[in-house]
Amino acid sequence: MRYLMFVRVDPDAPDPGPDADPSAWVADVESRGIRMTGDRLRPAEEATAVQVRGGRTLITDGPFAEAREQIGGFDLLETADLDEAIAVAAAHPAARFGTIELRAVWPFPDA
Amino acid sequence: MTSPDDAVGAAFAQEWPRLVALLIRVTGDWALAEDCAQDAFVAAARTWPRDGVPQRPGAWLLTVARRRALDRLRRAGTERRTVEEVAVDLDRRLTSADEPTSRDDLGDDRLRLVFTCCHPALSPETQVALTLRTVCGLTVEEVARAFGLAEAAMSKRLVRARQKISTARIPYRVPPAHALPERLGGVLAVVYLLFTEGYVATRGGLLRADLTAEAVRLGRLLATLMPDEPEVLGLLALMLFHDARRTSRTDAAGRLVPLDQQDRSAWDVALAEEADALLSRARRRSGDGPGPYTLQAAIAGEHTTAPSAAATDWEAIVASYDELARTTASPFVALNRAIAVAMAHGPEQGLVLVDGLAAEGVLDAYHLLPATRADLLRRLGRDDEAAAAYRDALRLVTNDAEREHLARRLAEVTAG
Repeated sequence: MRYLMFVRVDPDAPDPGPDADPSAWVADVESRGIRMTGDRLRPAEEATAVQVRGGRTLITDGPFAEAREQIGGFDLLETADLDEAIAVAAAHPAARFGTIELRAVWPFPDA
Repeated sequence: MTSPDDAVGAAFAQEWPRLVALLIRVTGDWALAEDCAQDAFVAAARTWPRDGVPQRPGAWLLTVARRRALDRLRRAGTERRTVEEVAVDLDRRLTSADEPTSRDDLGDDRLRLVFTCCHPALSPETQVALTLRTVCGLTVEEVARAFGLAEAAMSKRLVRARQKISTARIPYRVPPAHALPERLGGVLAVVYLLFTEGYVATRGGLLRADLTAEAVRLGRLLATLMPDEPEVLGLLALMLFHDARRTSRTDAAGRLVPLDQQDRSAWDVALAEEADALLSRARRRSGDGPGPYTLQAAIAGEHTTAPSAAATDWEAIVASYDELARTTASPFVALNRAIAVAMAHGPEQGLVLVDGLAAEGVLDAYHLLPATRADLLRRLGRDDEAAAAYRDALRLVTNDAEREHLARRLAEVTAG
């Protein structure tokens, strides 16, 4: 089962310091074959939101929803089930000062 | 001799969770499992009164549900091989269908069902709703009524929950040992929430007694399936002690009767004895100190087994509250401990503790804080201060029976 893991953090919060370095976590989950890919993202102010309404494409500059926490990075996981994904997410350092959102990848019937 | 109607009712309580849990495990389809189990019970309600109750009701119900499940899978265009696998798997289970527990190396299907319904990835309300529907077998309409929601809204919530279980792949299993204490805590919280919602009247309606009964049934099921978990036994003991005093808690007019004025001869002795035995078992198994449910059961037990209100062992109750306060930093526990201290060592000492809590300000919105102060002041003969505290409590109380009780007390202290 694949889960896309959004790492949500408050960009205005004080620097959490070296504890926030995810490299040990990345090394661990990659050695176990759980993390397929992932990256850090540019700030949400530079985001572009895309919507199509009534056949028209609406482009919005910046993050779409107003929220203090923004998606700071993502990881694509492959785990047996949600419990394993939760355990992996909870081990990410940002889980301690931000929020990790897990979204199951929509399964295609023939995938 | 039981009538067929009673037998249908008894079989429902016994067999519903087992049948649903088994169908979910074999088919992986929650909606199909619930529908087919319901069809089987409808068939039983139609034929048993006429033909008599079958020798093995569990196997009878599974046979009907199996036929329905295979029909539905075929009609939905499920692959032949999958349908055959389901058929063989269900067939194999017909032999063990009436055994009290059907443990395989992975445990009992019913436990899997309970743990999945109470998975923390579902919201607490959804956990309760799903447990009522799937484990207890309430209809969607009954669950909706318990929540004060329209049936369509509840139906939608349940559909979403089943969808999330399947698409986010919430595992259908009893959690592994390292995760068990935390997850079991979640399950017990759902059961206790059901019980207290049924016990404390925050909303009107006759369904509340039913919720209490469902909670006790769930508690009994868990105690059967996990007989060595002390907190499972502790929670069941706690619920049964409360249940034993149920009928004398309010008078004929629905007014609240304080514990010290309740008619102890009306208490259910058999239930209290059963609770006492469970409490002893829970204590024996509490290796590293009793948990919160066991301690609360111990407190409820002291109240329920005391021969009279005056003969209550308040020192023992204070000792249990001391233990409880060490593990749970709850202001509600601190308030109840203050009440027990007042009973054991006099109202002055209790009042010191209550005033300390009031100074902290965390219970400002809770009517029982001023109500407790009021009672202690009244017992100390400080009627004017007591009256002021009763008025504070009346401003905060939401429950009709409690409001009526406070108003009566206020009238007493202002009458002199």
